[in-house]
Amino acid sequence: MTLCINGADYPMPNDPRTTLLDHMREKLNLTGTKKGCDHGQCGACTVLVDGKRVLSCLQLAQTVRGDVTTIEGLSKNDTLHPMQAAFLEHDAYQCGFCTPGQIMSAVACVSEGHAGSDAEIADWMSGNLCRCAAYPQIRAAIASVAQAEAEG
Amino acid sequence: MSAFDITEGGTPVDGAAWIAGGTTMVDLMKLGATAPSRLFDLGAQRDALSGISETSDTITLGALTTMADAAKHPAIRGLTAVHTALVQAASPQIREMATLGGNLLQRTRCSYFRDTRQPCNKRVPGSGCPAIGGEDGHHAVLGGSAQCIATYPGDFAVVCVALGAEITIRASDGSERKIPVQDLHRRPGATPHTETALQTGDLITAIHLPKGGAQSYIKIRDRASYAFATASAAVVLHMDGAMVTSARIALGGLATVPWRAATAEHVLKGSMIDQKTAFAAGEAALQDAHPTLTNAHRVELGIRAVAKAILSARGNSV
Ligand SMILES: Cc1cc2nc3c(=O)[nH]c(=O)nc-3n(C[C@H](O)[C@H](O)[C@H](O)COP(=O)(O)OP(=O)(O)OC[C@H]3O[C@@H](n4cnc5c(N)ncnc54)[C@H](O)[C@@H]3O)c2cc1C
Ligand code: SF4
Ligand code: FES
Ligand code: FES
Repeated sequence: MTLCINGADYPMPNDPRTTLLDHMREKLNLTGTKKGCDHGQCGACTVLVDGKRVLSCLQLAQTVRGDVTTIEGLSKNDTLHPMQAAFLEHDAYQCGFCTPGQIMSAVACVSEGHAGSDAEIADWMSGNLCRCAAYPQIRAAIASVAQAEAEG
Repeated sequence: MSAFDITEGGTPVDGAAWIAGGTTMVDLMKLGATAPSRLFDLGAQRDALSGISETSDTITLGALTTMADAAKHPAIRGLTAVHTALVQAASPQIREMATLGGNLLQRTRCSYFRDTRQPCNKRVPGSGCPAIGGEDGHHAVLGGSAQCIATYPGDFAVVCVALGAEITIRASDGSERKIPVQDLHRRPGATPHTETALQTGDLITAIHLPKGGAQSYIKIRDRASYAFATASAAVVLHMDGAMVTSARIALGGLATVPWRAATAEHVLKGSMIDQKTAFAAGEAALQDAHPTLTNAHRVELGIRAVAKAILSARGNSV
């Protein structure tokens, strides 16, 4: 059994207790995904599985069915993903700890079609807490990406 | 976490458990509040046990359907109260992982239950209940016992009770039975560790939601999004013109189980809905509440949630 993360195959952990988050951070050198609360409450550990946003701290690695995308897998070669570029542009962080989770969640928020207004973005990003309260800048970054996509 | 193994085939026997989305299970296993010896991963059966089908009077959802997939489905969007309960629960990430069957069976958020250094009759039968006389701000004002006052925290089950929804259960011998969601959860009584009518190995395979009725779900919470209900109410009305011919009302966040408020239903039946009848029904719904100093405000919130849900359901009927 292997795990597909960012297009590459990695070994499954032997211990069924290992979460996807711990496996990536401790064994696979994929430390971009952060551990905030480890109990599903903060969103720092958000990754995509088959394009859907999930919490890697509540996902046992051996139960993953699908391809995982993490913050390390968003950019293409040296080109940032538009959401990463928008976070830079809008200064959508202070300490940066929540940022990988915010960005993964933001990518899904736009692809789900839940970025139509400031209030809608706020509601559909509520699973990602930011201790530095960069919320207005985060919402602005997401709105800019959604708008750019809508204009094609 | 204590040791366990994961398997895909067969059904759990004593000490083992199903795992679906894992959002309750993994959380509680990390805390040590539950420690199954073996997990039976329902992910392997996801294709067979998820999806949504409709007849003229019922919507049937596979128990492994995620909350996110259910909320997106046009048939569910038509059941306003169900849709609201789903999209106002947890966070988008949790809703992508969590299944409807797992959602019905989520465990209490009582902080003593979650803290293994504390006694708790639900976790360790007979050890005591520190919530009674302790930090009880979030605890149940309805349906508690001298052994346990833990709140049932979920939203979807509350709407299921108001709708008169049923579930199909498959026992380990392969036999199937149907029960109302209202009969799934048990009040704590003298055995708070027995939370549901399920036997070991029982699998919820489907949830059946009746269509029809003007409905609403009102959830009051401490922050605007991503919070459990401080108090909530689900209302389903059948009307003849302006008169209520039948009403079903259930409360969430206030009771040890998803709470059917039959006395409030009697107040509404045969009446015309206005502010006065709506609040009278709200007061009837909470008349048997046992509040304490720290949670009495939630009785008032419950009354208002019921009144608002009634007025909004009537609004949805036109
Ligand atoms: C931070 C946070 C906030 C939350 N906020 C809310 C909220 O506001 N409102 C709300 O309603 N919920 C909320 N939840 C709870 C969440 O919705 C549940 O954890 C989730 O729905 C459980 O589904 P699951 O598939 O992940 O279940 P699992 O964790 O996999 O299983 C839960 C239980 O059900 C059993 N089980 C699962 N499926 C079946 C089946 N088909 N048949 C028999 N037994 C089964 C398992 O053995 C286990 O005991 C929140 C959770 C978290 C972590
Ligand atoms: S209220 Fe119930 S769950 Fe909470 S400590 Fe008391 S017995 Fe345990
Ligand atoms: S680390 Fe997973 S939600 Fe906080
Ligand atoms: S930028 Fe510091 S927590 Fe969000």
